[in-house]
Amino acid sequence: MVAQRAEQGAGPQRLGACALVADGVSFAYRNRTVLEGVNLELHPGEWLALLGPNGVGKSTLLRLMAGLVRPAVGEVRLGDERLERISSWRRGQQIAFLPQHGGYPEDLTVEEVVALGRTPHLGLLGRASQADREAVEWAMQQTQVSAFRHRLLPTLSGGERQRVMLARALAARPKFLLLDEPTNHLDLHHQAEFLALLAGLRAQGLGILTVLHDPNLARLADRVAFLAEGRLLALGQPGEVLTEELLQGVYGRQVRVRLLEGQPVVLLGG
Amino acid sequence: MQKTTYPGLVPPTVRGYGKSMAGRRLLVFLGLLVLLALGLVLGVAQGAVPIAPGEVVRALLGLSENPIITELRLPRVLAAMLVGAVLGISGAAFQGLFRNPLADPYLMGSAAGAAFGVTLAVSLAGGLSSAFAQHAVFTHLPASAILFGFLGAVGAVLLTLLLSGGASRTGDLILAGVVVGSVLVSLTSYLMLQDADRVRAVFAYTLGNLAFVGWNGVGSLALFLLFTFPLLLLLGRTLNALHLGEETARSLGLPLDKLKLLIIGLVTLLIAAAVAQAGIIGFVGLMAPHILRRLLGGDYHYLLPASALGGAVLLVLADLLARTLVAPAELPVGILTTLLGGPFFLYLLWRGRRVAW
Repeated sequence: MVAQRAEQGAGPQRLGACALVADGVSFAYRNRTVLEGVNLELHPGEWLALLGPNGVGKSTLLRLMAGLVRPAVGEVRLGDERLERISSWRRGQQIAFLPQHGGYPEDLTVEEVVALGRTPHLGLLGRASQADREAVEWAMQQTQVSAFRHRLLPTLSGGERQRVMLARALAARPKFLLLDEPTNHLDLHHQAEFLALLAGLRAQGLGILTVLHDPNLARLADRVAFLAEGRLLALGQPGEVLTEELLQGVYGRQVRVRLLEGQPVVLLGG
Repeated sequence: MQKTTYPGLVPPTVRGYGKSMAGRRLLVFLGLLVLLALGLVLGVAQGAVPIAPGEVVRALLGLSENPIITELRLPRVLAAMLVGAVLGISGAAFQGLFRNPLADPYLMGSAAGAAFGVTLAVSLAGGLSSAFAQHAVFTHLPASAILFGFLGAVGAVLLTLLLSGGASRTGDLILAGVVVGSVLVSLTSYLMLQDADRVRAVFAYTLGNLAFVGWNGVGSLALFLLFTFPLLLLLGRTLNALHLGEETARSLGLPLDKLKLLIIGLVTLLIAAAVAQAGIIGFVGLMAPHILRRLLGGDYHYLLPASALGGAVLLVLADLLARTLVAPAELPVGILTTLLGGPFFLYLLWRGRRVAW
């Protein structure tokens, strides 16, 4: 089994750059323990994929790291500060969160939706400044949605809509981007397109944490954290974590792992 | 502060919204203002004694004096405007807050609470109110009834919040509102049965009637609006973020539990003030934001003021119809708005189905 190798297998880490850290966090809904003693560090400029079977607490860990819920035990830190000590506005400026089942506003244009991402930066009167407008432009260009900025969300395809939601998250110019199953319901082409976008953003220094349940997508990340039954089972580079031994132990005997150009490919059956 | 750089940023060529949207907004607001002015003149002109529109305009501009206008017609039309504005804003705010286009300003039990309060006041007043009970449609509500109606509406919303354990869980809030509303309606019915003579008077009130409001009511409603409307506009940003869902709104840094309570509090004050004086007028709070959302889009910074204007226009026109359709008698305006609102929602349902097919 792969030991926790948070320090070794990481992507480009900058000395002194602040990380988003879950330090021994446990969480329970009523009496059901969802997470127990999980340690995870997300660094700027790295893409970390959170993998595991349904219902093991991946989304909960994401929400803990976004500061949306508080851990029962342990703490989440942004740099040296505990997340709950940071004002919610500053938290929103630094950590962007895209839930799996967010709302799709039906009567807002693409540009209006992306502009909502600036909410943590706006003053009391909510007037957008030049910096706000530039950040919205930048986010729309990064995600290639500028061309349909005046269209309403229901008129877009699923892939376009998900890019708009990503632009919304980016508009805050966050340091960390937390995405819950962002490629769900996308076809292969749009999955590839979306993941390529994430890779580009990582190269610009953004720290990205994605919950995924397809191990073959997680392979593209710098590191993979494998969660099972509320505990971190393995953490490391995709090749180290995505082993047949580990995946069979969690998903059953029908899982096979083959190497393709040195990369693990996960298959079902014979 | 360090200046943020944006690699590869092409300077924005289009600032804000496209020209078409800005022009459309201007057009909608101008249209609403024109309709409102038209409604004001027509509403004041129309009645048992018709007054020429020219005379109405002169009186409104203070160039001539006409007691029928200043004592009867003007306060009534202004009441319709203010109550309509309250219903429009409250409907828009609740539709945003509950993220449901069918949310209604009375959702949290305020209407049932106001009806219960007024009925209770009339029952407690006993002999004092016999004169007031003799009229099927009485000319004004006693101050005690207005106060009880206001407190009843506020109390019902507080009870709903208490039962749902605060404003954090929206589903619980709606359920608790339904429970509180139903219980209060039963209690109101029980009180009404105790004193059959007053049934008609209280019943007429619950159907909504703008004749009760008068200059005092107009003044108090205007004050309530003046106080709450700017605050609600500031909360437009919260309502906008709620388009993305509650969790995302929280992740954007909004202290949502407090902000939701604030919105509920402001809407409750407005609705309580309106419903205590004018009774329960249905569908305006549903229709105005609905229509304007289609015309203007979902940005609450525009939708809130437009819904206020739209609600005002709708209610002024509805009241005009209520006064003229069966003249010299009058229909309670609440019956009329419901009669018009029902088909409107059937139309929406039908349209929605056609799209779904």
